[in-house]
Amino acid sequence: MKWRYLEEKVFQGLMIAATLLAALVLLIILGTILFKGAKALSLEMLFRLPKGGYYLGREGGILNAIVGSLQLAGGATLLALTISLPIVFYLNYFTRPRSLWPIITRFSLDVLWGVPSIVYGAFGFLLMTWLDLKASLLLGIITLAFLEIPIMGRAMDEVFKLVPRDLLDASFSLGATRWETAWKVVLRQTLPGIVTAILIAFGRAIGDAASVLLTAGYTDNLTTSLFQPVASLPLAIFFQLGTPYPEVQQRAYAAAIILTLIILAVSFVSRRIARHYSRHLVL
Amino acid sequence: MNLARFRPHISLKNLNVYYGNLRVLKDITLDIPDRQITVILGPSGCGKTTLLKTLNRLLDFVEGVRIEGQVLVDGEDIYAPGIEVTRIRKKMGLLSQRPQVLPMSIYDNVAYGPRIHGLKDKKKLDELVERYLRIAGLWDEVKDRLREPAGRLSLGQQQRLCLARGLAVEPEIILGDEPTSALDPQSSQNVERCLVSLKSQYTVLLVTHILRQARRIADYIVFLYLGEIVEHGPAEQVLNNPLDPRTKAYLSGEIS
Repeated sequence: MKWRYLEEKVFQGLMIAATLLAALVLLIILGTILFKGAKALSLEMLFRLPKGGYYLGREGGILNAIVGSLQLAGGATLLALTISLPIVFYLNYFTRPRSLWPIITRFSLDVLWGVPSIVYGAFGFLLMTWLDLKASLLLGIITLAFLEIPIMGRAMDEVFKLVPRDLLDASFSLGATRWETAWKVVLRQTLPGIVTAILIAFGRAIGDAASVLLTAGYTDNLTTSLFQPVASLPLAIFFQLGTPYPEVQQRAYAAAIILTLIILAVSFVSRRIARHYSRHLVL
Repeated sequence: MNLARFRPHISLKNLNVYYGNLRVLKDITLDIPDRQITVILGPSGCGKTTLLKTLNRLLDFVEGVRIEGQVLVDGEDIYAPGIEVTRIRKKMGLLSQRPQVLPMSIYDNVAYGPRIHGLKDKKKLDELVERYLRIAGLWDEVKDRLREPAGRLSLGQQQRLCLARGLAVEPEIILGDEPTSALDPQSSQNVERCLVSLKSQYTVLLVTHILRQARRIADYIVFLYLGEIVEHGPAEQVLNNPLDPRTKAYLSGEIS
């Protein structure tokens, strides 16, 4: 009896330790960027473009990278959504579940999920040479969308699998087609899960440096066309950390704070939206 | 015995259903009478739900299923090639064991069917929603909160909402798969009363394992056992003078 009690306590302790460890690592990371970057953080940095000598530690900001990152990740997320949503509809409602095709598709998505982003970057680069394009916003969006599709697709697929069979039957028995059922019933039921999937993919895309390094280029200006190169926060951090100047390195950490805040804000807003629409969910 | 009032609406001819190699319905030949309550009785696992799902072709979605024989609705073979499945399903409203409301408001649940079949006129939709909620006996309880999520209704109310939703596509047949099994006695009674009041206009086909429910509302009874029809006939005859020993055993509670 005593031993069982002890066992319970030991494993409880281990679980708490593991949880604390994870929280601690997060805190250290956040602490580091805050500690090293908070001093360089200013409104000027948020709302101004880099000026001459910015990379030597003088005036200007990183508006180009903030806007550029939002353009890249926003565009890529939209593109990935328009591709992965049909994939998920198809996998779940238009194929026989145990036939070969959905098995192959799911397996491919799983493999693609694990592919490192530099490989996507290299693929984008190849695409660029084949299509004779320049490093540009468009190419960055396409490459990031490739990165996002497996993440978004598989995350949504799992949510779709949880939709109760009876709910589908209820819709079918009213004479609805599979498309009407998917579009009008399943989409509502899975909305919170879809929002989460979009969020995870967006977070991955906005923080990714390797895919955009070779495909999106970099610029000190705002990008107004799909065919111009575009700046991004991860690359801004990368370039600034690589300089030998402490002031500039400090700015890199400040940029990291901004990147973190953007992800936080996006996640907060979309959760609110999802909660608003989840009041109709059944079961 | 007067069989004139049992004019067939649905006719099954030598129906066999297989799940893989397992034969779950065996040579079912049966006429289901028009505008009567037909109750399919039988112990669980005897194929009652499969039989019901064969009728509105929901069985199509089940993996590895094979159907042989004919199902005629109004004389039309619903498994004939080229038949429009959504039109067949629209002819039959379905009540499942657990009420399954759609993830939308009370109003939209009822309006869902008419909308997908092309009705857009707001006023007509309003009328339809009110009419069918009234028929299902739910209008007075929900008329002030039509925009609320349907999931907030009690189970009994949800089941009546499902009934209203099914009626709103103007079916000819109502299929009930133990529709009161998840409900409390009061709600069950409400649903039963609804079904009885509907039989003047609809053919009602009800699957149940509750013998007393069959006694209360059935006009015609089909006793299904291990995938076979053991006996069928007018309710008073099957319930009071069963011919087959297996029916007798079931009615006396020896097999259940």
